[in-house]
Amino acid sequence: MRLTCPICGDRDRREFYYQGDAAMLARPDPAAPVQDWADWLHLRDNPAGRTRELWYHEAGCTSWLMVERDTVTHEVFSVDLVERVDAD
Amino acid sequence: MRIDGKGRVDRNRPVNFTFDGKAFGGFAGDTLASALMGADVRLVGRSFKYHRPRGVLTAGSEEPNALVTVRSGAAADPNTRATVQELYEGLEAVSQNRWPSLDFDVLGVNDLAAPFFGAGFYYKTFMWPKSFWEKLYEPMIRRAAGLGALSGKPNADRYEKAYAFCDVLVIGGGPAGLMAALTAARAGAEVILASEDCCFGGRLQAEDETVDGDPGATWATALAGELATMENVRLMPRTTVTGAYDGGTFGALERVAQHLADPGDAPIECFWRIAARRAVLCSGALERHIAFRDNDRPGVMMAGALRAYLNRWGVAPGRRVVVFGNNDDAHRTARDMHLAGLEVVALVDSRHDAENMAGDVPFYPGWQVARAHGAKGLEAVDLIGPQGALKRVQADALGVSGGWNPAVSLTCHLNGRPVWDDRIAGFVPREDAVPGMTVAGAARGTFATLACLREGAEAGREAAQALGFSGELPVIPVAEDEAYHVRRLWAVPGKGRAWLDFQNDVTVKDVKQAARENYRSVEHMKRYTTQGMATDQGKSSNVQALAILADATGRDLPETGTTTFRPPYVPVSIAAMGAGSQGKGFAPQRFTTSHEASVARGAPMVEAGLWYRPSYFPQPGEKTWREACDREVKMVRESVGICDVSTLGKIDLQGRDVGAFLDFVYTNTFSTLKPGRVRYGLMLREDGHVMDDGTTARLTENQWVMTTTTAAAGEVMKHLDWVRQAYCGAMDVRFISVTEQWAQFAVAGPKSRELLNGLLDHPIDDGSFPFMQCGPVSIGGLAARLFRISFSGEHAYEIAVPARYGASLFEVLLGRAETLGGGPYGMEALNVLRIEKGHITHAEIHGRTTAFDIGFARMVSARKDCIGKALAARPGMVEDDREQLVGLRPVTTGRELTAGAHLFDKGAEAVRVNDLGYITSVGFSPSLGTFLGLGFLRNGRARHGEEIRMVDHVRGIEETCIVTDPVAFDEDGGRLRG
Repeated sequence: MRLTCPICGDRDRREFYYQGDAAMLARPDPAAPVQDWADWLHLRDNPAGRTRELWYHEAGCTSWLMVERDTVTHEVFSVDLVERVDAD
Repeated sequence: MRIDGKGRVDRNRPVNFTFDGKAFGGFAGDTLASALMGADVRLVGRSFKYHRPRGVLTAGSEEPNALVTVRSGAAADPNTRATVQELYEGLEAVSQNRWPSLDFDVLGVNDLAAPFFGAGFYYKTFMWPKSFWEKLYEPMIRRAAGLGALSGKPNADRYEKAYAFCDVLVIGGGPAGLMAALTAARAGAEVILASEDCCFGGRLQAEDETVDGDPGATWATALAGELATMENVRLMPRTTVTGAYDGGTFGALERVAQHLADPGDAPIECFWRIAARRAVLCSGALERHIAFRDNDRPGVMMAGALRAYLNRWGVAPGRRVVVFGNNDDAHRTARDMHLAGLEVVALVDSRHDAENMAGDVPFYPGWQVARAHGAKGLEAVDLIGPQGALKRVQADALGVSGGWNPAVSLTCHLNGRPVWDDRIAGFVPREDAVPGMTVAGAARGTFATLACLREGAEAGREAAQALGFSGELPVIPVAEDEAYHVRRLWAVPGKGRAWLDFQNDVTVKDVKQAARENYRSVEHMKRYTTQGMATDQGKSSNVQALAILADATGRDLPETGTTTFRPPYVPVSIAAMGAGSQGKGFAPQRFTTSHEASVARGAPMVEAGLWYRPSYFPQPGEKTWREACDREVKMVRESVGICDVSTLGKIDLQGRDVGAFLDFVYTNTFSTLKPGRVRYGLMLREDGHVMDDGTTARLTENQWVMTTTTAAAGEVMKHLDWVRQAYCGAMDVRFISVTEQWAQFAVAGPKSRELLNGLLDHPIDDGSFPFMQCGPVSIGGLAARLFRISFSGEHAYEIAVPARYGASLFEVLLGRAETLGGGPYGMEALNVLRIEKGHITHAEIHGRTTAFDIGFARMVSARKDCIGKALAARPGMVEDDREQLVGLRPVTTGRELTAGAHLFDKGAEAVRVNDLGYITSVGFSPSLGTFLGLGFLRNGRARHGEEIRMVDHVRGIEETCIVTDPVAFDEDGGRLRG
């Protein structure tokens, strides 16, 4: 598997660390009920198909990346900087 | 035997080798298999289960029978296919799975007991008693059945792994592959052409046919020569592409030096990861067998292989030849054998309407081969006619062709399933099974040479065009364009055992039995019978087995489907995949700048993550590590000690918003910290558990330096990157790891300031450098950083210099310490010092403890949000009956505590339900004259002063302890502030 890091270009997946679902980006409000926090931290969808995932270019530029990917075909649709996604 | 006038081996260059200790001769260009055949060795191995005598079946990597061990001693390489192993001077090979000898194998009796050993035999027979399986049955079966064995010795041979990149990867060096590579390369693409063979040409090397008027092999060699001169082409002979992976990545095994008597500096094998933007698969086709009684006798071979041995290597397993097939291609074998002067006693074609295309040979259309005779070598063949007529012919070679299967494996590695094609009675690849890969030539069921050349060129052009290169199709050479007809024939009916999978000894009867026992799915049949599960993965038996299963279950072949093809396509040695990862190569080693000096002082080095740190510094006369450790602890408490703490993570943070950022990642507040001050901080994970701790210094208004623990440095860096990039995009913060850029030493003890003041250009005092102060200092003009922080609990500093000065500063510090009655201290003393002070490490913050558990609940600021705060407050995380950090010491002074022991109330049985906690760290405190422990005890903070029972089930130790505050020494911290 290969990912195209927006900063470093096309790289082997061994340079990256896989974190999990991009839902982690939507951190709840500090005042949100504890249940919301627990759901956010622990509950994940497990879709067969398109997902948004977080990867870390650990052996590269240390960017956190949001990868849009198909879990069935393994097709990678897009790779964006988390920083940029967050800014939008 | 050698056939005069045939073959392309160099008969002027004899090559000597041994097989089972006996000396033989071959020629340059031979494989071990062809050389053995040339030397009239027919019996080359014993089968896995029944120990049946077996000979060479194929001429390629699909070989199931001719597995041998090459080389000897530690370098012995078992299960080498003799059909792939090129001959070199002095090659040593021995046969496998036989005792005492290949010719007389005691376990050959298994074959007589065969009626009992059918499919599922092991599962049914060795059921009872259950305990016998592991101790008796399995070892017994493993000894009786098997392949070659590793030497069990460390192998010093070099293996390698490497990456390669290209625009177009062409897999296979036959006519299609050569044309694909040529076309793509001429268009300007960077091309890698991988050929499993040692040369290029593929099947052309095995045939007696012309391309553009030249012998096919000559044409191929010339074209490969042309490709070799092109700068954008990389030829990779002896390289098998073993797997197709996501994103255009391929695995490939190169046999770099397997063919050399002396590899010199070259690795034996190299495992490649090739990243290709496009790929063209020209992997050719593999011939399949036909099942009939005793079709595994040595001398019975694939018809195409028989022809290859004749045309390429000039050898044959015998002079009297029968050819049996269900397709046109078999006729070529009869023709070539006949023209070479061998006696073709019968060309048997199961198609009653077949026409003889082999010339003047006895032709039996509509006949089949019913049985082979001869135990250790073929002697005769029984033919059966259309009306049941029987005829026995004497023969010592039998070539069989059940048709050709496109080598579709790689197209299935990403879950693609091949499609049945009735035209060739075989499976062909599904279009676009692997994104970016096209298939050309025999691999997609196109068998005529001319069509292969054309398809290859077209696929090469298409691949180049897809990448934006434009080029013309080259002129397609003039070549044979013979039609190929085949009619299904999988097994000849009749009594006796008809073999499908030679390597795992699976017969037609086994597959039928699996179907009868309701293992109707191909995947179930495969696992029940083990068909296709050997190292050859059933390359010459899969389709026949499926067909027989289909027939037995009343289904059609396409409906029955295939089993799953998985990488690797050929066996790959672990040595190649894991090249470099042996011994010290297994993990990187990180050394501090004081490493050499520590080793020179006799310090045993211990691993701390990837780092190596001194355990203790032994002095003359000290017999145990404890003596050294006790002395070093006392030295720090009474004078001064030096310890390299460079392994702690150091992160340089800069920007206007560093304070706000730290407020968010630490539980406590940092934005209020003044420049020149240091603060201890605690970091949580989002789930509320402690992630790490450490000090952070504010060097200037906008520059800070954070320290992490040695163990969690990488984890913290990743975490900070995440928090900043995901949640703090608007903040003005940037940071980078400077762990390796700074060498940092602890100077700890009552004489620490005295030592430093002898060294610093400008002396310090309590006024200029109180506890938790930091600032720039200079040592002989060298800018350094000084931090007044303490892990030991003593009046202590850490001094940091750029790493290039680390080694010399260490020596200077030690020199000065020694004049003051101090010296270096290692990890053991460091650990005791911190246990005395109740300071935590990752033994305590092991991932399941909270700030509340370690007694730091008040460090979680109520006035701000931070990572982990919300979930640290959820129910259950702050209850009194949680296990809380406590200090422990034995009631009887001098008794030992052990880390990992569990805690129980006195009088309670030491079982899980009564478990109240556990001990995390222990050490002998020379300062207090007793063992001390840190641990977690349920409701422990309310139990100070109580007695508790420690039970170490693993070591069988029990002790009564007193529960104390974690801080056992200098409780008010007076020494620290000094």
